[in-house]
Amino acid sequence: MRVIPAERITEAIKDLAIRANYDLGEDVLTALKNGRDSEESPVGREILDQLLENAEIAAKERVPMCQDTGYAAVFVEIGHDAFIEGDIQAAVDEGVRQGYEEGYLRKSIVGDPLRRKNTGDNTPAALTVEFVPGDKVTVTIAPKGGGSENMSMARQFAPAVGRQGVIDFVVNRVKESGSNPCPPVVVGVGIGGTFDLCARLAKKSLMRDIGIRHPDPFYAELELEILEQVNNLGIGPMGLGGKVTALDVHVEYYPCHIASLPVAVNMQCHAARHKTAVI
Amino acid sequence: MSDRKKIQLPLTPEDVKDLKAGDRVLLSGPLYVGRDQAHQRLVDLLEAGKPLPIAIEGETIYFAGPSPAKPGQVIGSCGPTTSYRMDPYSPALIALGLRGMIGKGARGEAVVEAMLEHGAVYFTAVGGAAALIARSVTSMEVVAYEDLGPEALRRLVVEDFPVIVAQDSHGGNQYEDGIKEYARM
Repeated sequence: MRVIPAERITEAIKDLAIRANYDLGEDVLTALKNGRDSEESPVGREILDQLLENAEIAAKERVPMCQDTGYAAVFVEIGHDAFIEGDIQAAVDEGVRQGYEEGYLRKSIVGDPLRRKNTGDNTPAALTVEFVPGDKVTVTIAPKGGGSENMSMARQFAPAVGRQGVIDFVVNRVKESGSNPCPPVVVGVGIGGTFDLCARLAKKSLMRDIGIRHPDPFYAELELEILEQVNNLGIGPMGLGGKVTALDVHVEYYPCHIASLPVAVNMQCHAARHKTAVI
Repeated sequence: MSDRKKIQLPLTPEDVKDLKAGDRVLLSGPLYVGRDQAHQRLVDLLEAGKPLPIAIEGETIYFAGPSPAKPGQVIGSCGPTTSYRMDPYSPALIALGLRGMIGKGARGEAVVEAMLEHGAVYFTAVGGAAALIARSVTSMEVVAYEDLGPEALRRLVVEDFPVIVAQDSHGGNQYEDGIKEYARM
């Protein structure tokens, strides 16, 4: 059994929170450059140019690429042979607190959804803990902006709607979201599980790098088919019209009840911020 | 960038009339920054018949909540936030003479009706281009609601702030036109 002090989690989260907000991922940069090359709309191309220039400024000047530095969505995968000594939620929250303060990141969390007083330090994180083989701990943070998160939707379908029903639901969701989630987006899709697990699958799919396909060819093909249909919608960069509406579509699935076909859509803006560290 | 119109704020009624959906514009001059909670407070005051902390007539409001400024910076990163959340409040402010709004994402029917009736224009800035936009801000001060932190009401002066006319004062809508042009379904 490998013992890992909880402080190690705090340090990792602090560092990742800052880097996720300053440094656009290589996968995203490549996708935006490819999008710039294939976009037919002149306004769309200019928007993508601005985003590439923005990424350069943020990385060079060490400032957040977007003022919405997000809700800290954190995934911690703990190896069966690893033991974290201490309170994991507290360690993650402390990392968020330190990272958002030292990195001059915006504090965007209210402590209560109806009375809406800002917590002042961007805590708590939205933490998911999972158990995996091995003795490592993998920490991922995705600062989740409000604009894209607000376009999420989950629905319990009858199994009869099948594959086509899922495609129609996802494509329609992107269409209805239009300009709001800061396209070109990454579309996260959860299929199966229970109502709550399905939404989490959709969120988890956004932690995958752009361009990486689902390991199951059936789902990999589904991702590409949805991507093609989404990019035929004409929404384009910032919704002003164009070919590049999504940079990628990621699907995750899980076994579900014989009566159910849950589907959830969770979108990421064009920055698709996510950073991972292995401890 | 040579095809961009340069416009000096505050907007005149003629500026508003001349701007058409799809126009690329560089804005320079003073504007206000406010988002959800600042709008709620302004409209609450209006409904209570009380005076507003700022004069709205002829002004432009940018829907944004900047990140904290680092030492030496005028302002932190400050891209636009999604505008539909301001839809419940904007018509009342447009009726008071608000002439320009900057945000991202399409506006609803009631806002468009107010824009047509009173003469106002809606621009989109590029969502997520927040570090780039910060470079066009030359001064910043909090003018009200400091307790709201990132949502406080601010006064900025900008120089060559790049925006696009998304919905104009004649009913033109670049979101609809753009999708029509590029959709393949």
